[in-house]
Parts: sequence; structure tokens; C-alpha cells
Amino acid sequence: MTIETRLDERESRTSTFMPSAGDEGNLYRALVIRRQVILAALSLALFVSLCVDLALGPARFGLDQVVTAIFTPGAVDNSLRVILWEIRMPVALMALVVGASLSIAGAQMQTILSNPLASPFTLGISAGASFGAALALAFGVTLIPTLVDYAIPANAFFMAMLTAFAIHLLSMRRGVTIETIVLLGIAMVFIFNSLMALIQFFASQQAVSAVVFWTMGSLTKATWPKLGIAFAVLAVVVPLLARHGWALTAMRLGDAKAESLGVKPRRLRLEVLVMVSLLAAIAVSFVGTIGFVGLVGPHIARLLLGEDQRFFLPGSALCGALMLSVGSVLSKMILPGTIIPIGIITSLVGIPFFLFLILSHKKNAW
Amino acid sequence: MVTLTLDRLSARYGRRQILSDISSPPLQGGQVVALLGPNAAGKSTLFRRILGLLEGDGEARIEGAGSQRPVAYMPQETGATAALTVYESVLLARMQGRRLKVADADLQEVDKALAELGIDTLAGRDIGNLSGGQRQLVSAAQALVQSPDILLLDEPTSALDLHRQISFLGILRQLAQERNMLIIAALHDLGHALRFADQALVIESGRLVDCGPCGQVINPHMLRETFQVEARIESCSRGRPQLIVEAAI
Repeated sequence: MTIETRLDERESRTSTFMPSAGDEGNLYRALVIRRQVILAALSLALFVSLCVDLALGPARFGLDQVVTAIFTPGAVDNSLRVILWEIRMPVALMALVVGASLSIAGAQMQTILSNPLASPFTLGISAGASFGAALALAFGVTLIPTLVDYAIPANAFFMAMLTAFAIHLLSMRRGVTIETIVLLGIAMVFIFNSLMALIQFFASQQAVSAVVFWTMGSLTKATWPKLGIAFAVLAVVVPLLARHGWALTAMRLGDAKAESLGVKPRRLRLEVLVMVSLLAAIAVSFVGTIGFVGLVGPHIARLLLGEDQRFFLPGSALCGALMLSVGSVLSKMILPGTIIPIGIITSLVGIPFFLFLILSHKKNAW
Repeated sequence: MVTLTLDRLSARYGRRQILSDISSPPLQGGQVVALLGPNAAGKSTLFRRILGLLEGDGEARIEGAGSQRPVAYMPQETGATAALTVYESVLLARMQGRRLKVADADLQEVDKALAELGIDTLAGRDIGNLSGGQRQLVSAAQALVQSPDILLLDEPTSALDLHRQISFLGILRQLAQERNMLIIAALHDLGHALRFADQALVIESGRLVDCGPCGQVINPHMLRETFQVEARIESCSRGRPQLIVEAAI
């Protein structure tokens, strides 16, 4: 449509005194379609990354073999099927589930705290989880007595929730700014780091290496049952968050505005904080500390898709999953024969990419 | 038609009493009511109390409302930024409490709200890149898009230039009549109140000073007692009442 016809249309509209129906609506529809295309592209990239991840390892397979083994496991030979489905699949899928969980957790923390620095890692929730896990690894301490069999994840979850509630209580106090909350998060990180050092000081040599390896973050700990639990939590939390989609989007306009639109900010904040702490704690407790995804996944999603939760929520999940899946691929490729802990890879590779993204965009989201 | 009656409305923050026993005659839909009062008189608190965001004694009775959530509120602008376009920020105001799926009717309501306030050209802009006045109009669109029976506006013109102040208040007056909507606007400019409002509600230190037709309520005595200015009301050459302020007391 030429500018002239648009102007003509506008003129005829004003002359008949009709409110403009549809023009802006159509622009918005185009925006929605563009976002759906981006989500589809991310999903496709994720599938490709998953296939590459499955193909790589001590025994290398072709992508065609992998795809065949995924869709028709009966058609490939036994050894390929066993390696793919029993050994590599839980690890590769864990990367997706953990990446999605951490990224969603970060996205919603940034949303409810209106803070671009909020993430499970920077708010000390990961550090708390690590401390809880280290207590179990080093001394066999169980913070929730009935869950002896799952001492590590249970401890991690307990400490993560404790940290989350401490942050929540502080953020509710009068006159507390978002900067204070971030400072409290950093204080939490330092407190837990000191406590971790204390544990390592008193623990046996063997326990220390277990703790150190744990904190590096590694997907190789993944098994089908752990994957099942992490996926179940994700599958429960995501629909609950989606149900609050419009309210969460409104939270980005500030508490006063959200309240005027019928949102109850305090209740929503508490509810969402519980849910995302659960997500972060489960993810961290099964694979260790992976810091970067929870902070950056949501930022990439925000740059690509904006903050309407209908796109931002799945977008964050996909970005986080993709980052960790690509990280998993790289961790196998950099030193053939060695799997570098993924927590190291995501930060090293992700940061330059993230810097490129924020410096090349002019969006004014914060 | 919707009516709002304030019946001994009170509110407190902790121990501090903000509003005490505010009562009004039934305020009818189709008119603009100016809520007047000096700074910290309790105007915003009164709005929050009517909206149900605050608990307290007394009640704000709403009768004859057509919708589930009859009251929409435009708070004072705080200037939030987010990766949302103007269109999205108005749409999300429309969609609160509704399903995730957006219907065509919802998009039409957004189109209508933006067009009515003359900000349809801003639709694709990021809300972080708006001027103060533009934000205020977007905020008004967010309230209007909820199709309310009662619209509460907290200092809606504070960031607008003169042209936009006059056209915005004119649009509000027209919308009130067209949709039988009751609009209550906290205004600092008493001249605007005289020109655009049918009724005025004056509060000071949380108490009702006067309530009635603007021409009667805005008088030299009230201006002296409540606003602490020496002022008179005179008709201009076209017969419109004009507020002339002499001095602060």
C-alpha cells in the first residue's frame, strides 16, 4: 500500500468520523505472526541441536542415523539404540529441561522483581541450593528428614526456598529499592560461598572433590528418573505461570499500574517466587550450578520476542534450552574425548554472544 | 445507568486515618465529576478505596453497572519501561482476568481506545520511548479499553501540554455522555474543573468539604478555606465563569 492510499484512507476515516478500526490491529497481527515464526525457528534450532548432541560422543553417528533412531528406534541396530536411548538421550534431554527451567525461573524473577539482574544465580538461590547439596554430599546431612533417599535435591530445594523467602521478605519492606534486593542477593551468594568453603575445609578429600565437581555443573549426572522429576516439575509449573500470563505481563508496568488493572502484586509475587524457586532448585540440584542461562536466556527472549508472556514465557524456555543444548554440544567438541563441565562452557561462550546482542539492539526495556 | 454513592467511606494506613466519613449523593453516569483538594488531601486514597484496593469502614455503592469489573482506574504515571509496544500495553489492560487467547473483539476495543484518544499513531512504539504526555494518554487508553461504567482518573492532565489538556478533557466529557459513563477526575486546575466538570467533590485532610454542581462548589470561600488562595469567579465576555487568583494566603 502506498503512503498516498494510506493517507486517503485516513482522511476518509476522519471525514466519516469513524474510529480507525483494524489498521493498528492488523499491524499487531503481523507482529504476532512474526513472533510465532521466531518461536518456530527456535524450536527447529533446538531440534537440530538435540540431534547433533545425540550424535556426538566417543562413538560418532551420522545425523540421519540419529533421526531414524529417534523416530523409529526399531529400525536401527541394537548398539546404536542402546547408546542413544539409554546413555545419551537422558543427558541431552536434561540439557533442554534444565535450560528451560533455569531460563523461565530467571525470566519470572526479572518480571516480578522488575530487575534485569535477577536470576536464580545472582539472587543467591543457586548458591543456596549448592550449599544444601554440599551439606548432603559432604556430611550426609538431610534437612528434610523424610526424604533421605533424595537428600541432595531435597536439601538443595530447601535451601533455595529459604533464600527465596528471605529475598521476598526483604523486597516487601517499605523503601526497599530493587538495587537493595540485588545487593541482598549478592550478599547471599557470598554467605553461601563462605559456608561452602567451611564445608570444604572440614570435609574429607573425597567429599571435597565431589562438592567441587558438583558446583561446576555437569549434565552427565542425568538419568531417566531424574529427568522425569525435572520434567514433571516443569510441566506443572509452566501451565500455572501461563495462567497468570496477563497479570505477569502487567507486573512489568509497575505495582501501582498492575494493581489498578486488578492484579494483586504481593500475592502474585509470592506465588511465582515459590514456583520459580522450585524450578531453579530442582534444575540446580540435579545438574549442579549453571549460572549463566537463568540470567541471559530471558534477555535473549526479551530482545527477540518482547515481554508479552504469551511469547516471552515459551521464548525464554526455548532460549534457555537451546543455550544449554548448544553448550552440551560444545562441551563435547572443544576437547575431543573430554566432556568439559557445562557450567564452564555456557558462561565462556554465552557471554560474548550476549554482549553482541545487547550492544547491537536499541530496545529500551529497562 | 450506573450510580456511585459514597457512604461514610473511611480508610487508614496503619494508624494514620487518611479518609474519614466521606459521603456523597448518588453520582450519576453520563457526567464528569472533578475531585478537588490540595496535595495530600486523600484523593488517590479515595480512588483506591472506591476501587476496592483498600479496606475500611463505610462503602462505595455501585448500582446499575453493566460489567463484572465496573470501575477502571488510571493511577498517577510512574514511568515504567518494558519491552512492550503501546498496542500491547493497552491490550494487556483489556485482557486482565480473561483467557490467554485474544479475540478480534478485544483488538477492536484496543483500536477504538487508541483512536478515541488520538494516539493510534503511537501503536507500534515501545512504551519506554514515550514522552511524559504520551505515557499519560496511553495510561488513559489502558483505563478506557476496559469498557468501564465508572472511570477514575488521578491527575490525568498533569503531563499534557495545553492543547492536549483541553482536547483530552473534551474527549472525556464527550465519552461520558456517549457511554453514560461516570468519570471522576482528580484535577489541580480548577479552571479546567469549571469548564469540563458537571459536579465537584472537594476533600481536605481526608474529609469532605463540599459536593455539588461545580459552579456552586468552586467559590471564593472554599478557595480561601481549602486551597488558601484569594480568588474570585467572574464571567468572561462570553459569559463563561473564569477563575481569577489574586494571591496565596
